Amino acid sequence: MNNFSYLNDLMIPGGIIIAQIMAVLMPVLISVAFLVYAERKVLALIQLRRGPNVVGPFGILQSFADALKLLTKENIVPANSNKIVFLLAPIITMVLSLAGWAVIPFAPNWVIADINVGIMYLFAVSSLGVYGIIMAGWASNSQYPFLGALRSAAQMVSYEVSIGFVIITVLLCVGSLNLSKIVEAQETVWFAIPLLPMFVVFFISALAETNRLPFDLPEDESTLVAGFFTEYSSASFVLFFLGEYASMILMSSMTVILFMGGWLPPFDIFPLNAVPGVIWFVIKIIFILFLFIWVRGTFPRYRYDQLMRLGWKIFLPLSLLWVVLTAGFLIVFDMVPNSI
Amino acid sequence: MIKYIKSFTLFELLQGMFLTLKYMFKAKVTINYPHEKGPLSPRFRGEHALRRYPSGEERCIACKLCEAVCPAQAITIEAEPREDGSRRTTRYDIDMSKCIYCGLCQESCPVDAIVEGPNFEFATETREELMYTKEKLLENGDRWEQEIAQNIYLDRKYR
Repeated sequence: MNNFSYLNDLMIPGGIIIAQIMAVLMPVLISVAFLVYAERKVLALIQLRRGPNVVGPFGILQSFADALKLLTKENIVPANSNKIVFLLAPIITMVLSLAGWAVIPFAPNWVIADINVGIMYLFAVSSLGVYGIIMAGWASNSQYPFLGALRSAAQMVSYEVSIGFVIITVLLCVGSLNLSKIVEAQETVWFAIPLLPMFVVFFISALAETNRLPFDLPEDESTLVAGFFTEYSSASFVLFFLGEYASMILMSSMTVILFMGGWLPPFDIFPLNAVPGVIWFVIKIIFILFLFIWVRGTFPRYRYDQLMRLGWKIFLPLSLLWVVLTAGFLIVFDMVPNSI
Repeated sequence: MIKYIKSFTLFELLQGMFLTLKYMFKAKVTINYPHEKGPLSPRFRGEHALRRYPSGEERCIACKLCEAVCPAQAITIEAEPREDGSRRTTRYDIDMSKCIYCGLCQESCPVDAIVEGPNFEFATETREELMYTKEKLLENGDRWEQEIAQNIYLDRKYR
């Protein structure tokens, strides 16, 4: 009978964990497909076009058709590439963009790993994303991916600094690194209101962090063909694509948790607080994603020196100043959270 | 100073965002092409057709003006008298891969026999299919006669 108890001790918790992971990742992957569709549709609306409208009702199945098409294509590995690293890079990008979801609280207690350093974990995982890109650029052994990877590394490092300071300002107001605590601290007012400049800085840095327009220099079509994934095709291309959009959703859920009150309703009054928290969370994520796409449809790409100037000479001093201001404000008005 | 305030409040960026937001609610300019089609002028110069009189007699009298005027030399005509003594073409070929759709053939035609109809969807999979013969052109004429006659009627004031 001892053999079976071993089974009970390991298999059942393991099964529950796998079920939890599936319950989070499947909706994320499916929402990636719909995000791509939504992006094409919104851009089409802005440009007075129709966008995909053939596959399925209103073209809603377009992304699935594209994914099928890509997966059935041949996976070309360039002869001069470093094959192991070349094939590993998209996997790393994909895994890292999905790993962050482990600590995201969708609603009270709806979280896989309720760890006390959730925000640090999230920050670390989203920063590691640059490794996939650098590996892809290096392993392709080709000029455009290499340039794209170098740009991406510099860009992500620059913007992470200001993201770090923005997170510190939020943490000063919360007094905890736990993501659920951060959301609960916004019960009275969302941090987007008192920390509005930091919200804007965070959003813009999130655009840079996920390589979205107007900061998509790593994959700058007009100068670098397709940047770091120029040499990729078929399934590895799909993995990059999925990873990129999944990290977009991850960054927007991070924005929602830090600044827009996570699962909390905008006002704690009857018809609004009757709606389940997870629905508020999803609605807010959709809003931020819409902002991502809207910004893409509006602004031209930054020049590389402008990008660096914005990161180092404007965002860094501004967010540093705001850390000092927030800390001073909290001490002067004796509003330092108790847990510190 | 004002410049700094403007750039730190993202004033111009928000203006741009507002503009694109407005465009999101404007009417689309693209049409669902194979299902919807844009309007065509009566003078539209599309696929060629040889017309007939209402009696069924072909209009072309083999004057060869179109052959002479064709800048791309796409038209080849051979003619000889028919049994009833009237002068008719025995061969009327248009190489559609040479044709530049200038419309000089229909301008030069004294009897409105060769015309360019409103059809522009005649892409083929082989080059040979674009070597139009007299039969093909007459068939086009029969198929598009209604539209062609309507276009000629609409354009009558300017001809």
